[in-house]
Amino acid sequence: MIPELGNFSLILGLTLGLVLAVFPMIGSLNNTPAWVALARPTAWGQFFFVALSFACLVNAFLVDDFSVLYVSQNGNTQLPTIYKVSAVWGAHEGSLLLWALILSGWTVAVSLFARDLPAVVLARVLSVMGMISIGFLSFLLFTSNPFDRRFPVPLEGGDLNPLLQDFGLAVHPPMLYMGYVGLSVAFSFAIAALIGGKLDAAWARWSRPWTTVAWVFLTIGISLGSWWAYYELGWGGWWFWDPVENASFMPWLAGTALIHSLAVTEKRGAFKRWTVLLSLLAFSLSLLGTFLVRSGVLTSVHSFAADPARGLFILVFLCLVIGGSLALYAWRAPDVSSGGRFDFVSRETLLLGNNLLLVVITAFILLGTLAPLVYDALGWGKISVGFPWFTTMLIIFAPFMILLMGIGPLARWKHQDSDELLRKLRLPFLVSVGAGLVAAMPVLHEGWSLWIGEAVMLSVWLLATLFIGLRQRLQHRQGPTGIWRDLRLRGSGSYYGMLVAHFGIAVFVVGVTAANLFDVEKDARMSPGQIIEVAGYSFRFDGVEAHQGPNYRADLGTVSVFKGEREVAVLKPEKRTYLVQTKPMTESGIDAGFTRDIYISLGEALGGGDWSLRLYYKPLVRWIWLGGILIAIGGLLAATDKRYRMAIRHRASVLVKGGLAAGGRP
Amino acid sequence: MHPKRKKRLYLIVLMVIGIGIGIGLTLNAFNDNLMFFYSPTEVVSGEAPSGHPIRIGGLVTTGSLKRQENGLTVNFDVTDNAETVNVEYTGILPDLFREGQGIIARGKLDTDGVFVADEVLAKHDENYMPPEVADALQTAHEEGVEDMNQRGAIP
Repeated sequence: MIPELGNFSLILGLTLGLVLAVFPMIGSLNNTPAWVALARPTAWGQFFFVALSFACLVNAFLVDDFSVLYVSQNGNTQLPTIYKVSAVWGAHEGSLLLWALILSGWTVAVSLFARDLPAVVLARVLSVMGMISIGFLSFLLFTSNPFDRRFPVPLEGGDLNPLLQDFGLAVHPPMLYMGYVGLSVAFSFAIAALIGGKLDAAWARWSRPWTTVAWVFLTIGISLGSWWAYYELGWGGWWFWDPVENASFMPWLAGTALIHSLAVTEKRGAFKRWTVLLSLLAFSLSLLGTFLVRSGVLTSVHSFAADPARGLFILVFLCLVIGGSLALYAWRAPDVSSGGRFDFVSRETLLLGNNLLLVVITAFILLGTLAPLVYDALGWGKISVGFPWFTTMLIIFAPFMILLMGIGPLARWKHQDSDELLRKLRLPFLVSVGAGLVAAMPVLHEGWSLWIGEAVMLSVWLLATLFIGLRQRLQHRQGPTGIWRDLRLRGSGSYYGMLVAHFGIAVFVVGVTAANLFDVEKDARMSPGQIIEVAGYSFRFDGVEAHQGPNYRADLGTVSVFKGEREVAVLKPEKRTYLVQTKPMTESGIDAGFTRDIYISLGEALGGGDWSLRLYYKPLVRWIWLGGILIAIGGLLAATDKRYRMAIRHRASVLVKGGLAAGGRP
Repeated sequence: MHPKRKKRLYLIVLMVIGIGIGIGLTLNAFNDNLMFFYSPTEVVSGEAPSGHPIRIGGLVTTGSLKRQENGLTVNFDVTDNAETVNVEYTGILPDLFREGQGIIARGKLDTDGVFVADEVLAKHDENYMPPEVADALQTAHEEGVEDMNQRGAIP
């Protein structure tokens, strides 16, 4: 009964999505206030029904209703409650329902928090989001209904994939989806603005906090995924350039370009067309990501069993969204005025350079991700693009980006005197080159290391330029106490957000470089009591014992780690076998630290109490995620900037008078 | 030309050249990093280059997994149900590695026809067959059927 309720409310959600997509849009074009007013209640109604539907599916998992096919495949009575809930999005159908729920959630959020938006603009934004939700809800209902029943009803469910029975993975997809779907807000704002023909600073100001929040979620989602892969897969890697990882990284890069270009459009009125194009691109890339994950066209660790009908549906939807939005762009964009002019040496140019680099990197990742598909389609053979290529590509382009990242915040808008800029940059340049040389010297490691030198140089460059920027700002704001006043009263959140996020990049660069260059890995056969030395640490294998978990059996190894005489940690890597899916699973033993991780995963029993073990020493690997957290905090600071609220309140009175005409077609 | 304009032009040209060089380098590296996939049949017939990194895939032959003395190096056969290739791998096999299952191995073919793998991939989902492997099995199957038909035509 309850699953049917879920199914019906999903259908109602789709119906309301149709209403939302059609009436407010038409109403906004032919000045019918009643139709425009429909937007808000319809969005709420849609959210209500999709949420109800989602709750029904959660309930089906909680009560182990195995008459529902999806539950019987992914649920199990033995599953701990938290994983019963996360099992809802553990496979294809449920994760799409989560997508749809989050999309309708964002729609409601826009209707609630953007109250000061002119009614016409709001109606159009919500309407476009309604169109996207039609795509996803009909995809759910027609090709992947999570409420399909099965008969006869099995007594026990097929269980959640053991890899997914983990806290990191319980929260990773919702965060990532919040980011993916959040970019639809920027997309919808852009489409609404194109339809209205009014691309001005106000549009950029409305769009900006939403884009930043979506980007923060994407940052958190990607960092969580990388952290999860690190401790759960047992390979010690944190990024694999897997197609699905690329699918999340591309919208992030495009989103990064977008938040920078939105800043220019808001502050200077320049780059309007480019910003719109990036808004369309960022969301299109997140749709493409969904297509790649869901259709199974690419070999990836994330692939679910493929279903051609689904792939075709998403491909058609993708073409409609990308083709439609680009056509609208081609039709309307030429009317957009080019906006603020700027000199060659100016902050605008530097941000343009940053955007260019981000887009080039995105394009290359797209090339590397889609090349296997293209080669296969053209009959050139089956290929995969090697891991090292992606790394090489980043090593070529990222240094230039960081160089610009240092200069950009110090340059003035519109016109910058180049001599003055060079004077400001002299000290950071000398300091960073010096630090890079010291780090590259053979004192700290064997031989000269150009890579570590370069990484340290770039990080110090970023830090030094950030420091100079901060000092310059505080000179006019009565010293360090000025920061607080700045944040509280003046709405400088986006400035400090930029500082924190760029600082996060510096931390990330150091972490990646150290973890890649100085990690030590050793596969070994160990007998109980045997000691092996890796990177100055002694690892003593103390044998393996049997252990019983709630829904799995495990071989629990014990390894004591010593530094000299001092015991540093006792690690317990596990090899689990889940009772239902009988899949072996590695749970690595990790001693996490600010300066290094010690990471052990258990291989196989080799007889006579011997086991194969994989021992890692990973310096500064935590800095990678620390950087990710800092970047996200920076984004949050920027998104909560008081300025947006103040500015909106100030303008609200003006816009009320403007009424419908304000957003109408010119 | 106005000196200021000239300076700007130089800078733009410099930027374009810089980005061009970057793109050129990346595309050049791209070709070196392409790894082609070969089925066991193609490896046996000598289509696969030796000494160059490639990927092969197929089903692990049941009963073929052998562990060498040091305990870390294993040998196993990979088949597309027509031909088999012996694979050698040193290290810890992935959790989902099992005989009878589809896998993909990345590595180089040595001169004796043994595939020395740097990495062995088995997928998260046990129902999931890597598309390349499924394709290789399908091709070998079709060729086998054709072969039988031809033989049947000659009484």
